[in-house]
Amino acid sequence: MEFFALYNDWAVIVLMMAGFYIMIARHNLVKKILGLSIFQTGIFYFYVGLGKVDGGTAPIFIEENEKLTEAVIYSNPLPHVLILTAIVVGVATMAVGLALIVRIYEKYGSIEEDEIQAIDEQEQINDHNGHADH
Amino acid sequence: MNKQLEQRHRVVQVITKFLTPMILLFAFYVQFHGDFGPGGGFQAGVIFASVFILHGLIFGEGRTRLVVTPNILRISMSLGLLLYAGTGVVSLLLGGNFLDYSVLASDAVSGQHWGIFVVELGVGITVAAVMISLFYCFSSNRFLDRIPFKIQEEE
Amino acid sequence: MPYNIHFPALLIVLPLMAAPLCVIVRHSFFSWLIAVVVNICVVLFSVSLLLQVIDGDVIRYTLGGWAAPTGIEYYIDTLNAVLMVVISIISFFSLIYSKASIQAEIAPQRYYLFYTGWLLCLTGLLGIVITGDAFNVFVFLEISSLSMYMLIALGKERKQALLAAFRYLIMGSVGASFILLGIGFLYAATGTLNMSDLALHLVDADQSRTVIVGFSFITVGLLIKSAIFPVYSWLPNAYQYAPSAVTAFLAGTATKVSLYVFLRFFFHVFGSEYSFAEMLLGKILMPLAIVGFFAMSIVAIFQTDIRRLLAYSSIAQIGYMFAAVSMATEAGVAAGVIHIINHAFIKTALFIAVGCIAYRLGSSRIADMGNLIALMPWTASAFIIGGLSLIGVPLTAGFVSKWYLVTAAIDSGWWSIAIMVLLSSLMAIMYIGKIIEVFCFRKTTENMKGADVKEAPLFMLIPLWALIIISVYTGINGSIVVGTAELAASQLMGGML
Repeated sequence: MEFFALYNDWAVIVLMMAGFYIMIARHNLVKKILGLSIFQTGIFYFYVGLGKVDGGTAPIFIEENEKLTEAVIYSNPLPHVLILTAIVVGVATMAVGLALIVRIYEKYGSIEEDEIQAIDEQEQINDHNGHADH
Repeated sequence: MNKQLEQRHRVVQVITKFLTPMILLFAFYVQFHGDFGPGGGFQAGVIFASVFILHGLIFGEGRTRLVVTPNILRISMSLGLLLYAGTGVVSLLLGGNFLDYSVLASDAVSGQHWGIFVVELGVGITVAAVMISLFYCFSSNRFLDRIPFKIQEEE
Repeated sequence: MPYNIHFPALLIVLPLMAAPLCVIVRHSFFSWLIAVVVNICVVLFSVSLLLQVIDGDVIRYTLGGWAAPTGIEYYIDTLNAVLMVVISIISFFSLIYSKASIQAEIAPQRYYLFYTGWLLCLTGLLGIVITGDAFNVFVFLEISSLSMYMLIALGKERKQALLAAFRYLIMGSVGASFILLGIGFLYAATGTLNMSDLALHLVDADQSRTVIVGFSFITVGLLIKSAIFPVYSWLPNAYQYAPSAVTAFLAGTATKVSLYVFLRFFFHVFGSEYSFAEMLLGKILMPLAIVGFFAMSIVAIFQTDIRRLLAYSSIAQIGYMFAAVSMATEAGVAAGVIHIINHAFIKTALFIAVGCIAYRLGSSRIADMGNLIALMPWTASAFIIGGLSLIGVPLTAGFVSKWYLVTAAIDSGWWSIAIMVLLSSLMAIMYIGKIIEVFCFRKTTENMKGADVKEAPLFMLIPLWALIIISVYTGINGSIVVGTAELAASQLMGGML
């Protein structure tokens, strides 16, 4: 069926939308980071699919008896190399995000965004009153 | 770590000790065979670091910290990056463009070989150090007592 | 071999190598010294590059000796050379200022991390500007953003900074991911990542739907990254709670760099014909920009915290820049570039002044700043000059950029825009006037009586006044900035080589 012929593109769309939805709909910071991670995985998958050639092998010289065999079909390595870089960037982003969450938890005692916001607003009001009292 | 816990994980501990040299060897294979086959600094660094992460998980992070201290990590992760960028600067000094490995040796092919070798080594060192220090960062128990679902310690 | 042939590579490599050096040294003073020395070199390199390209030449530096469409190349024309000069000068002065300012804001054992992050961020920002490879833009964008998140969260007191950094991380990563996806679609359509090569290939692939999708993703990503009106939410908190030196650096560079990428992609890679005539980018951006500078100026008027006020004013200024660029005429782009340069200097100076005030006062509430002109005459007067420049009073840099913006609008027949720019300047008078009124005519409030408020340390005043003098000089003798910006715009519009 035509619809399923592009199954990898559908997977990309589903992954990205799922990740995006989690990022918007969930207030838990860890879940937000997970959503971001799923979202980025969709993009990685898109790139990997981009470079894949049907029936292609890895782009390595195939040697038989010291002699190169005739031309082989190989997948385009460039998108794969690019996405290796992007995966590393994604891991770094996740590490920074989780480290921030650890520190947020130390300071606020919560990782729910709405609770943190409530704490912040309460403190702002207290701060304001404190100034007015003087 | 208490005695009973140590007893309970004896099998895992023995297997870990058995596996450690093999994983390290595999890391080196991936690192240095990267010129000819799939592999390279990124993968080798992660495999190398996985040994220490495994050690930390099985024997407790405190003991791993004795083997690989945060200071070693701090310095080796910087040195790896310097090795990478330094290769580029050396090729600048030898008259090529930045990271142009061809000028590193007498002929271009072995120059490329040396260049890739040193650069991947730098990448490997940095990746391994960063991975281990990420593990340290998130595994340290400095705020364990404040986690709501407190881990039950067995007596 | 000419001595300056490797400057493009050294410009990026020096700060990149200095960053791990700071980690090894792990000494607060020496890491600051390394950062400053490297930054001086970077300023010299970028000035030298600007002098090389100022007569319309283009420098192309191939990395690793691989020629352009295969390998990565650095591509330097007037537009990015002038931006590199701006970024490195701003970084230099904020760095000098940071020496004193971080004492109150960051734990001493973390100083070396601060300078490491700073150098990485500088590497990333310069890299975005210098590179001629689309994927490399993404990599450098992430280098600068990741170190920026860390710098924002580094302060020891303000716990709100952590959440601000986290939100910036989520928004920034989504923006960068969209850019990554867009670049992927462009690669799928053309099979190349080199910007000049992309420009050549995209002419043939004009009608392809793949290109349209890539175009849309890059647009959305860049709009998030440059904090234009509907997607600005990460910016005010990040500016308000970050350590003050970081805010100064961030305000002068981060959003400007995204705007540069915007110019590079939509005028150079896609070509203004495709972006603005066919895809009608101007029709979308212009309303956003206008609503942006109006709404954000109004919001700025009602702020009680001086840093937050300036943050909202920054979003409004980004609206001006986008309004100028959306006209898609040469005069419009030139006006946009002039405003990028002038506003970078003004905003950094203003945030440094605010940092000086907060350093002595311990508060950044406007209400606490009564009678500051007598207590801190140098800082307060620098702030007032910068503020006047923000409004666009004649003889200041802000006047030059507003003048060119209005002229460009009238030239292309957008009278309504010219009028709206002038109207929103009235709002700038209100929010800057509010601060000046407190500075000059209010008495010191009761709860500030006890505080020992005196002039800021000399080390903070020197960078502040250096930036103010630069912006006043470009206001009086506008021809330097204007000439370079017009050259940059004509190069950008004139298509690629």
